Amino acid sequence: MKAARFDYVRPADLHQAVAALGRAGGGAKLLAGGQSLGPMLNLRLARPSLLVDVSRLDSLARVEDIGRAWRIGACVTHSRIEDMRDQLAGGEMLCEVAAGIAYRAIRNRGTIGGSIAHADPASDWPLALAALGATVNIRNAGGARAMPLEKFLLGAFTTALREDEILESVEVPKLSRAGRYGYYKFCRKTGEYAEASAAAVFAPGSQIARIYFGAVRPAPVSLSALARRVAQEGQSAVSEEAISAAVVAVANDLDPVERRMVIAAVTRALQQVFAS
Amino acid sequence: MTEVTGQGVGARVRRKEDSRFLRGRGNYVSDMILPGQSEVAFLRSPIAHGSIRRITKPPGSEGRVFVRSDLAEAAAMIAPTTVPGYKLSEWHPLAHGKVRFVGEPVAMCVAPTRAEAEDLTEQVEVEFDELPVLVDALAARAEKTVRVHQQWDDNLFLTLNLDNGYDANAKGAPVVVRRELSLNRQAMVPMEGKAILAHWDERSDQLVVYYSTQVPHVVRVGLAQFLGIDHGQVRVISPDVGGGFGYKVIVHPEELCVAWLALKYRRPFRYIEDRREHLVVGANTRQHHYRLTAHADQRGRLLALDAEITIDGGAYSNWPFTVALEPGQATGNLPGPYDFRGYRCKTYCVATNKPGFLPYRGVARTGVCFAMELMIDAIARAVGREPWEVRHDNLVPASAMPYDNVTRKHYDSGDYQKALLTARDKIGLAAWRERQRKGEPDGRLIGVGFASYCEQTAHGTSVFSGWGLPIVPGYDQATVRVMPDGGLEVRVGVHSHGQGMETTMAQIAHEITGVALDKIRVILGDTGTTPYSTGTYASRSIVMSGGAVASACKELLPRFVLIGAHLMQAAVNTVRYERGMIVGPQKSIPLREVAEAWYLRPQELPPDVDRGGLETTLAFKPARDTGAFSYASHAAVVAVDTRIGQVEILDYVAVEDCGTLVNPMVVEGQSLGGIAQGIGTALYEESPFDANGQPLASTFADYLLPGPTEIPAIRIFHMETPSPYTEFGIKGMGEGGAIAPPAVIFNAVNDALKPLGVELTETPLSPRRLLEAIERAGASAALPVGDA
Repeated sequence: MKAARFDYVRPADLHQAVAALGRAGGGAKLLAGGQSLGPMLNLRLARPSLLVDVSRLDSLARVEDIGRAWRIGACVTHSRIEDMRDQLAGGEMLCEVAAGIAYRAIRNRGTIGGSIAHADPASDWPLALAALGATVNIRNAGGARAMPLEKFLLGAFTTALREDEILESVEVPKLSRAGRYGYYKFCRKTGEYAEASAAAVFAPGSQIARIYFGAVRPAPVSLSALARRVAQEGQSAVSEEAISAAVVAVANDLDPVERRMVIAAVTRALQQVFAS
Repeated sequence: MTEVTGQGVGARVRRKEDSRFLRGRGNYVSDMILPGQSEVAFLRSPIAHGSIRRITKPPGSEGRVFVRSDLAEAAAMIAPTTVPGYKLSEWHPLAHGKVRFVGEPVAMCVAPTRAEAEDLTEQVEVEFDELPVLVDALAARAEKTVRVHQQWDDNLFLTLNLDNGYDANAKGAPVVVRRELSLNRQAMVPMEGKAILAHWDERSDQLVVYYSTQVPHVVRVGLAQFLGIDHGQVRVISPDVGGGFGYKVIVHPEELCVAWLALKYRRPFRYIEDRREHLVVGANTRQHHYRLTAHADQRGRLLALDAEITIDGGAYSNWPFTVALEPGQATGNLPGPYDFRGYRCKTYCVATNKPGFLPYRGVARTGVCFAMELMIDAIARAVGREPWEVRHDNLVPASAMPYDNVTRKHYDSGDYQKALLTARDKIGLAAWRERQRKGEPDGRLIGVGFASYCEQTAHGTSVFSGWGLPIVPGYDQATVRVMPDGGLEVRVGVHSHGQGMETTMAQIAHEITGVALDKIRVILGDTGTTPYSTGTYASRSIVMSGGAVASACKELLPRFVLIGAHLMQAAVNTVRYERGMIVGPQKSIPLREVAEAWYLRPQELPPDVDRGGLETTLAFKPARDTGAFSYASHAAVVAVDTRIGQVEILDYVAVEDCGTLVNPMVVEGQSLGGIAQGIGTALYEESPFDANGQPLASTFADYLLPGPTEIPAIRIFHMETPSPYTEFGIKGMGEGGAIAPPAVIFNAVNDALKPLGVELTETPLSPRRLLEAIERAGASAALPVGDA
């Protein structure tokens, strides 16, 4: 279980990194924290001709307050976000989600951008960031582009990122002071990927609610109709029947076990939202 | 239990070996590098069943790529037994004509690094004619056209039939309970998998093999036999070994291949099994299926048991223990610690296209305990009594000891009922029942479960010769040598790979000689420096080698006295040996002075000194070798989240009796490790295969092991009933912890789910299995969703 042969470069800046990707003509892989790519290399499931190591690029490791949102560099580690508990006003949910990813050794190396770009359906960031309405910033040779995270996630392990592009940062809108969130995932054991997961955000003042479930589908699934009702009616819109109906309405092909888990996950995420 | 202070038998001393382990200074095969060493990788079969049409090596790969026909000097491994009807399988070092499971080694590749060796495997082309695949043992049991071994007329390694008073005892029983139960296939997952480094030593004219094994002397016999060289031409050194659990009691094909390479090319070759290989080719154990019918009276007193056991034996029998060990142990041990007189059992061991079954910690007893203990609970439900009560009434009472059970196993000693009652009280059953009645605020369901077992340990010649295995354990020897400074060297042929035997063997030597623990070195695992032993398995080492250490130490004491008396100019009959001192009428001298006389100042020795000097090799075997039976009762409380299928263990109690404790802390460590593995079997570990025989769990992302957060704070309580047959009354205990957890956890979950009418009978208890059972019962609607 040793990796097949590959070349390795560590570019000095984002510009060089993009150039290296372009020269490799599709055979390259970006290396950030390596927590998914490392095993895939060793199992020879990933066989890039070139690894472009961006893990030490300062420009990808910034956490910036841009007013309405937090801009988080792609190579910011999960543990760094976890440890920013009192420094991310309006982004507290990020800290909580980060703290629940795998276990600390993985959080010390794994990055938020790597996780999004890897797009594992059972991972935490795609779901949580979809619920938070995040957008992603992408750099390429021609310049830059941005898109909503939901558009970026095309399916299981599939994103809108082209072979010569780098995910630069993610912008996460801040929750208002009255804003509430819930995040529930069910893992068979500590550190595993989720069997079922759900994330919910509710801003009572602005009557905004977003509810998503994850893990059982290739990408996070929005329960938008239920979210609209919650946005207008608050907690009174939440009942097991309503959740069950909402889940079945968007995913009527879930098997009974998955459906049961998803309903429980959504219910528990919403319970957190409305917990006093 | 009497807590002993000091360093001898019963003392809770810290392990001598832990300093190097905790500091990362252990020495494993993976740490070893010999000059000019090559690394080995195997090309493994991608299909489960097929004929090999052609293998094409890459051009210019002579001496770097090998197939079966290149290894002419290496024989196929065939393990006979004398059990009637047992069919032989040939296990070749590399696939011979046919592949029979995914992962079977087809070609061996050699390169300076493992990565390059793996590159080489990708350049070998193999063409197969695929054959229909046998994945399900129940189906394979009846299949005669598709055969794993074409020369057989069916797929049955072995069928065992036992009937002891079944009809007479079952007749007219008012309560009849039937269940179908099963345990799925899993891997043993030691931290270190297979690991072997072999080279040829010109000076000693020996093949020297650093070998991660539990049985160094046995694998030496095997390598010599299969390579056709003198036994003296093989030296096996088993260095630090990162766990065995039964995986390392045989000669694996990869190991035979590497030994062959070193013999052929006279330079060092190394193979380290990686995790993916282990999860694929090591998916080899626990898979049992049971159909049981219990006959009982109105109070749940068991009268007779009818069993049909099907064991998924996989593709090959192993050398030397054979795949027959498992059905034999299952048939013989199913009746467990219970007193009943009617038993009928038919056991099939079926060949399938999966890795060959190997004996895993507990050997069949985890399966039979699971089956029997779920039956006891089912009987309790049928008669409307508490499971512990029915269990209690059926356990062999202390007054009946020693007790010969319905399969003629001789239970030597113990109070099985007291262990159960202690477990009931320690878990606090009454309080949990009260809490159960009230219900949980989070909506989870609480359940309490019990399981009892007894475990044959250190069973010897009479038992193994009955199975007619190629290797039968006999006497175990120990060599004890006094060093010139009065310290001791203790050499035993068993091996320690987690058991703490560098400490416990020393404690036994200290008990007899009084030499301080830090002056006693225990040497294990090297056929060049230790006396022959069949090694470490069957919870035997502390009984057998420990007994030998005591015997050898005792043998030396009169020699100390003789020399000591002469040095003190006292009559021998006025001198005695006491805790490291030779005590005479006027004065005492330390053992060190005797040692100095023998080694450094022989002019001071008496003329009639024992020519054996200050060292001896002596053997031990218990007075009766049918085994010292350890036993235990475990109790657990679980909370079941019926919405997501999660089981949390809220409390876990083990009350165990392994006779005289040599070191309670080591016993507890062994028990904790075993229970953790048992929790794995109960809740997490599974090696599923698809209909084509493809393994579906080949990394830890798919194969779940319990981690520290999944293991509760287990509470262990000891009882101490010495065995009448062994030195100090010690019983073996290395396997016991892994036996009861699946039974106790399933009984607890089934207790929790009783209101829903749900009963689970298949390991592991995954959320999906749990939720599917609840869905089937249609019992979901009334339950609160809860926030667990």
